Amino acid sequence: MCLGVPGKIIAVKEKEMATADVNGNYVDISIIMTPQVQVGEFVMIHAGFAMQVMEQEEAEESLRLMLELQKIRESYANENREYFEEQQ
Amino acid sequence: MKTESILKNNNEELLQEIQTENRKLALMEVCGTHTMAIAKSGIRNLLPPNLKLLSGPGCPVCVTSQGDIDSVIELVKETEIILVTFGDMIRVPGSNSSLQEARSQGADVRVAYSPLDGLEIARKNPGREVVFLGIGFETTAPLVGSTIEKARRQIVSNFSVLSLHKLVPPALEVIFSDPDIKVDGLICPGHVSVIIGLEPYRLLAEKYSQPCVITGFENNDILEGIAMLLLQIRKKEALAEIQYRRVVKKEGNPVAQQILQRVFKATGARWRGLGYIPDSGLEIRSEYKRFDAREKFNVAEIEDQPIRGCACGEVLTGKISPHECSFFGRACTPLNPVGPCMVSHEGACAAYYRYSPLKGGKK
Repeated sequence: MCLGVPGKIIAVKEKEMATADVNGNYVDISIIMTPQVQVGEFVMIHAGFAMQVMEQEEAEESLRLMLELQKIRESYANENREYFEEQQ
Repeated sequence: MKTESILKNNNEELLQEIQTENRKLALMEVCGTHTMAIAKSGIRNLLPPNLKLLSGPGCPVCVTSQGDIDSVIELVKETEIILVTFGDMIRVPGSNSSLQEARSQGADVRVAYSPLDGLEIARKNPGREVVFLGIGFETTAPLVGSTIEKARRQIVSNFSVLSLHKLVPPALEVIFSDPDIKVDGLICPGHVSVIIGLEPYRLLAEKYSQPCVITGFENNDILEGIAMLLLQIRKKEALAEIQYRRVVKKEGNPVAQQILQRVFKATGARWRGLGYIPDSGLEIRSEYKRFDAREKFNVAEIEDQPIRGCACGEVLTGKISPHECSFFGRACTPLNPVGPCMVSHEGACAAYYRYSPLKGGKK
């Protein structure tokens, strides 16, 4: 539930809101907890709020690791498809 | 930093280092995302048998008491409100029903990604009362607090929050004080710590002589966090350290901490598995009471009616592993869950069922 994903700030809007690019998806988020954030910077996003500003390298590393995990998960699901279908 | 010497980017090297451990040790994680990440990665199976990874009370849905869930179900059944909540909550079984069942019987229960979605629903439905169910630890509570402040600023008077938020450090004190729970080190939650920073763990590490490492969620993070804990144990140290330096700052997020202070105050709360813990919950301050659903709808406190035979309480405190519950994989599955640890996708039972199917699911 405390899941966070890194996103890049694309535009800062009025009223403490911003648009962030999360792995290609544009989402509107609140930046009230990271008031110093600038366009082009990376943030960790949880439930529609930026929680912390991140260094670009660190954010890209997190995204890379998340995508890697996603691939492992997909390959695991494929390998065990028969078992999971049986469980359903 | 003291741990620099063991910082390696190579999972294999870290794993080899961990596998040399020969003492009987138990490390506990207290974050549902860690529970899932550890189960997904298969790390548990790669550790030597003397090194145990326990799942603690880290899933906010799972630690919500049975009585609190019953109160919410009663609220939606007896009023005309729109209840907005995070997804996992709607399937959690109460004593007789669940929010999902209440919805199928006509209650207006909606799932949202963000508390801001709840505010938007209130804005679009001015003639209806909208209650956001505030579940979560220090990671989520500031977001809900900020949404309450926004509702006050924008005068959205049909929006309120039922706060069941909980604080992690008081629960850790209970874990460390329980003679039946043997823990040698703590894998501390990454995103809770983004908000609260290092200091609460420094106090705990000092008071209970327990090594604490704030750890990230990728395989490399978890292995490194474990290696850092083992190094401390080997050196007979009990320090609070940050492995998840990509996001966690020593001071946490001061803006979020101020929101928490402004909107909430600590109060006693009931935890599944741990019972009543003083000052471990968050109630909405009187300055914001018109946004407090508990006041607005006079929400009744309902006594806990534990589910017979369900061992979620023992699972949540690391006393047993999910495989040791007699319901696991038989009477209790993700499709037909008996207890919350099988409902929430971050629950220890759901994680074991999903990722250790041959051991657990087909016993």
